[in-house]
Amino acid sequence: MFGAGGGTSSYREVEETDLIILWGSNARETHPIFFHHVLKAVHNGARLFVVDPRRTVSAQWADGWLGIDVGTDIALANTVAREIIHSGLHNREFIERATTGFEEFAASVEEWTLERGEQETGVPAAMIRELALSYARADRAILCWTLGITEHHNAVDNVFSLINLALLCGHVGRYGSGLNPLRGQNNVQGGGDMGAIPNKLPGFQDIERDAEAREKFRQAWGVEISPKYGWHLTQMFAAMERGELTAAYVIGENPAQSEADAKHTHELLEGLECLVVQDIFMTRTAQMADVVLPASASWCEAEGTVTNSERRVQRVRKALEPPEGARDDIEIICEIARRMGHDWDYPSVEAVWDELRSLSPMHAGMSYSRLEELGGIPWPCTSEDDPGSQFLHGRLWENPISGPPAPFFVCEHELPVDRLTDEFPIRLTTGRRLDSYNTGVQSNSFTSPLRRPETLDLSPEDCEQLGVEEGERVQITSRRGTVIAPVRIDPTLRPGLAFMTLHFPDEVQTNILTIEATDPKSGTAEFKASAIKVEKLPLPQTDAAPGQVALPAR
Amino acid sequence: MDLRIQDQTATAVERQAVDAVLGEPDSSWVGAVRSREDGHFAVGGHAARSRRHLLLPVLHAVQARVGWISPGALGYVCRRLTIPPAEAYGVASFYALFALEPRPPIVAHVCTDIACMCRGSQMLVAELERTIGPAGEHPGNGHAIWLESPCLGLCERAPAVLVTEAGEDPSERSVAPAGAEDVAAALAGRLPERMTTEPVAQQGSPDVRLMRRFGVVDPESLDSYRSQGGYDALRQAFALGPAGVIREVSDSKLLGRGGAAFPTGRKWEAVARHPVRPHYLICNADESEPGTFKDRFVFEQDPFSLIEAMTIAAYATGAEHGYVYLRGEYPLAWERLVNAVTLARRHGFLGEDIMGQGMRFDIELRKGAGAYICGEETALFNSIEGFRGEPRNKPPFPVDAGLFQKPTVINNVETLVNVLDIVLEGGRAFAERGTDGSTGMRLFCLSGCVERPGLYEAPFGVTLREVLDMAGGVRAGHELRSILLGGAAGAFVGPDMLDLELSFEATREAGVTLGSGVIMVFDETVPLAPVLLRIAGFFRDESCGQCVPCRVGTVRQQEALLRLVNDRPRGSVDDELALLDEIARGMRDASICGLGQTAANAIESALRGLRPFPTEAVS
Repeated sequence: MFGAGGGTSSYREVEETDLIILWGSNARETHPIFFHHVLKAVHNGARLFVVDPRRTVSAQWADGWLGIDVGTDIALANTVAREIIHSGLHNREFIERATTGFEEFAASVEEWTLERGEQETGVPAAMIRELALSYARADRAILCWTLGITEHHNAVDNVFSLINLALLCGHVGRYGSGLNPLRGQNNVQGGGDMGAIPNKLPGFQDIERDAEAREKFRQAWGVEISPKYGWHLTQMFAAMERGELTAAYVIGENPAQSEADAKHTHELLEGLECLVVQDIFMTRTAQMADVVLPASASWCEAEGTVTNSERRVQRVRKALEPPEGARDDIEIICEIARRMGHDWDYPSVEAVWDELRSLSPMHAGMSYSRLEELGGIPWPCTSEDDPGSQFLHGRLWENPISGPPAPFFVCEHELPVDRLTDEFPIRLTTGRRLDSYNTGVQSNSFTSPLRRPETLDLSPEDCEQLGVEEGERVQITSRRGTVIAPVRIDPTLRPGLAFMTLHFPDEVQTNILTIEATDPKSGTAEFKASAIKVEKLPLPQTDAAPGQVALPAR
Repeated sequence: MDLRIQDQTATAVERQAVDAVLGEPDSSWVGAVRSREDGHFAVGGHAARSRRHLLLPVLHAVQARVGWISPGALGYVCRRLTIPPAEAYGVASFYALFALEPRPPIVAHVCTDIACMCRGSQMLVAELERTIGPAGEHPGNGHAIWLESPCLGLCERAPAVLVTEAGEDPSERSVAPAGAEDVAAALAGRLPERMTTEPVAQQGSPDVRLMRRFGVVDPESLDSYRSQGGYDALRQAFALGPAGVIREVSDSKLLGRGGAAFPTGRKWEAVARHPVRPHYLICNADESEPGTFKDRFVFEQDPFSLIEAMTIAAYATGAEHGYVYLRGEYPLAWERLVNAVTLARRHGFLGEDIMGQGMRFDIELRKGAGAYICGEETALFNSIEGFRGEPRNKPPFPVDAGLFQKPTVINNVETLVNVLDIVLEGGRAFAERGTDGSTGMRLFCLSGCVERPGLYEAPFGVTLREVLDMAGGVRAGHELRSILLGGAAGAFVGPDMLDLELSFEATREAGVTLGSGVIMVFDETVPLAPVLLRIAGFFRDESCGQCVPCRVGTVRQQEALLRLVNDRPRGSVDDELALLDEIARGMRDASICGLGQTAANAIESALRGLRPFPTEAVS
């Protein structure tokens, strides 16, 4: 937010806040460790609201669940905002001192009456009001979100619409009040911090706009830094399609199975001149690769650091030797550099880190010895006498504020790209389960008493209308393809809403159904909203599937 | 913790039973018919979980309606209250009166505890096994079952049986003394008549204070109570003011009668002064100490006195919400308590603006479900709150963080009833009765091999012999062998101790305890070894299992005793006695609550003073 990508609050604050909103997050299943902190808060008396189309196991813990229609988050956020303003509960002092664009924003949400909000989101007006008043009246409130917000074609606007709410109430930059995107993978925060994103150098230094930073890196690395944003994942696939991108070096990612519109992705990867995969598993993508570089597992077979969702950088130590042939990631990368004529002479992993500290101001104070001594340090930590930052944006509460004010954004509600029609009347949303992880590369080799095979989860009403029973295999068709999967009757779903995971792509390739409508700003595809039809098998003769072969479901 | 509700669904009847306690479900998420709106919102969270204290009543309702608590019913309860099923199962399985396997509607609980052992319970059991079949087996039509039970608190009329019948109109009836034919009739569906109260031996005597209204008032009539001086004490309390009441109670030097003998005035003062609100008041009526039945008499014969006393306690300590936690095996006492509270409310003696003094106080009733440990005060808090009745670590003490973690006064029934006299006649006058260290009167529960078992009242300082004489002494033609003082958690004394003065200080000096006022008498017809084994088995069954010394110690104690009884000691008899001694020390030093700390007392005292092994070994 406001320039740096990271949650603003610490776990301790989550436990000591007064109100938590999980918006588009089923943290109970998908962020179980974070949810422990949420539960501690709940046991300490904090109220919990969950905004999710499904009544998830997280929602079952909540004081209030708002079951919105998929893709109406901005409608809900704007309605909540209007209700807060009309109730006179917005923080006028904070807005005046620390934000810009309020007037325009307030005017933009004026049309979002409770009635209109109810009409658009499906959530009863009283419940929307309850959320609005609870959030605005809470002394401390933390708003968390995950992929239910970001896996949409308008992901960034969705996020802005939530940030607006925090700015409206001054629920950011104070102890116990904050905005927190929950990180879905171990060290995904660290990856972004280290510059593994197309527009930033390490430490969120802008690669186009920050000439000073470029110069600093040029001096350190001895090469010119191109002042041009790179491609994010979706743009890379577009570039493959245009034939501009012909070689890919994939580290720790399984796009062959994790991308939307899987069939198309597969074709593009097949078409590359050179595909290099560096991974600890022989993933489906690795199986397609020209070169596979077996890596060591970074959490137990390597030295380094890891950064968690509260921005805390922690030391990782090597506990095991990697299996024969597998090599440390840093070693592999340095070796590739050496063969390309750049002999990076790092005597140790710590030396790599110290170089980072010299270039990224927000990491400058984090020596290995301090990381060890303090049990990790949350960034920013700009010098060796800086204890790190428990929460971000405290500057907004200084009088006068330091740095630029935080802007409100006008966000327009837009329905998902894949429209519901009479032909495709059911909204399919995708997600994850507690026992499995993404495409299953890391989790399917373990057994779990909770795990069950992939299913199409449908409401009891839809099942009855289709005349299908629990476990019966049905044909599921979107505008992009068809798969066959068994049905599971799920009373947490309402009529017209279906749910699938992407954990078992070998059984049911859910991403054949999903749409590659991506957000132009973040590059995230709208995994959360596809329009489907469900048909009982066998199909009547006349009703042929549109062009795609159904994959066998085992 | 997870809310993984089981797949089994509750039957319509089970849901009705649950809804009768919790009200109708307000959305399909907790059991109503699915509506369109339900798909878009749900409420719950703290509001739902804040009703967790209804878990015990709701489990009672299902048990009483269906005769057992099915997984479907439990799942429905969990859904209604947002309780993880594993936790609810932990609670339901904690209590002996709840069945988690199918059980026929009629159950006869046959007491086989020590007081009933003196009065032929073993013969009754043998007769039942012969004529009906072993405990736990369905006789005849499968509608009934009989089970062995720990002390039912009807020791003065032993042997005792409690018959419960689940159904639309559930009923609970005590029978005592019970014969095999009574049990057989009950199992055949002919339930015993409602038990009647029997007059105490001292009825109408000018020497009694606590029992002065027993047999004199109609226990079901508030007007009758008021005609016998009822609510004079509350009026006097209002005149004294809260601080004045506490001053009188402190001056009276009243000590708790539940067993721990803590100064009541100090407890009240601490809560009255505590800045944290609200304050709670609890009457601990879970008397489950084998051989104890004094509180039952109060409920059965003079229930309004307790309500008045609680109102005074609430006035003095600033509590607006009180609980009575009555053990589950007292059907008549429960009925009379419910009636008394209902009448008191109706007449404005509970509720808003009591006696026009602007005082607000009401009492909620909780029925135990067969767990001795719930008489431990912090276990009782957990039980009311809907958790397993496991004791908490102390500190914090109840006066600081008791029920719902709020400042709580918890007093025994007899303790509270004393307050009426203290307020009426003044603390100093009260303190003139009894001894210096133990003021006032005491209720003694006499059972076992005495001529007239029953409840007796005498001032502290009376000797054991005198109390025994009040009950007519040992049964005619028999010889006194030993007396169990204070119940299973107390100690055995021999005939040489008859001149022991019954006061807190004298018994403490003698290394024994008055406990809850139990005086259980054994003559030569009752072999001691099975009694000791029964006591060991009792503690093993009743240990909540939370802390290791007690969970393991009570089992090891029973095993060692069994080896001694069977004359198959491991090593020598002395080795076994040394082992028992070590177990006893371990439990006493390291258990977190009184159960474990006292679980070896009676056995140790018997082994030390009476040497029942091996000469008296009985197989």
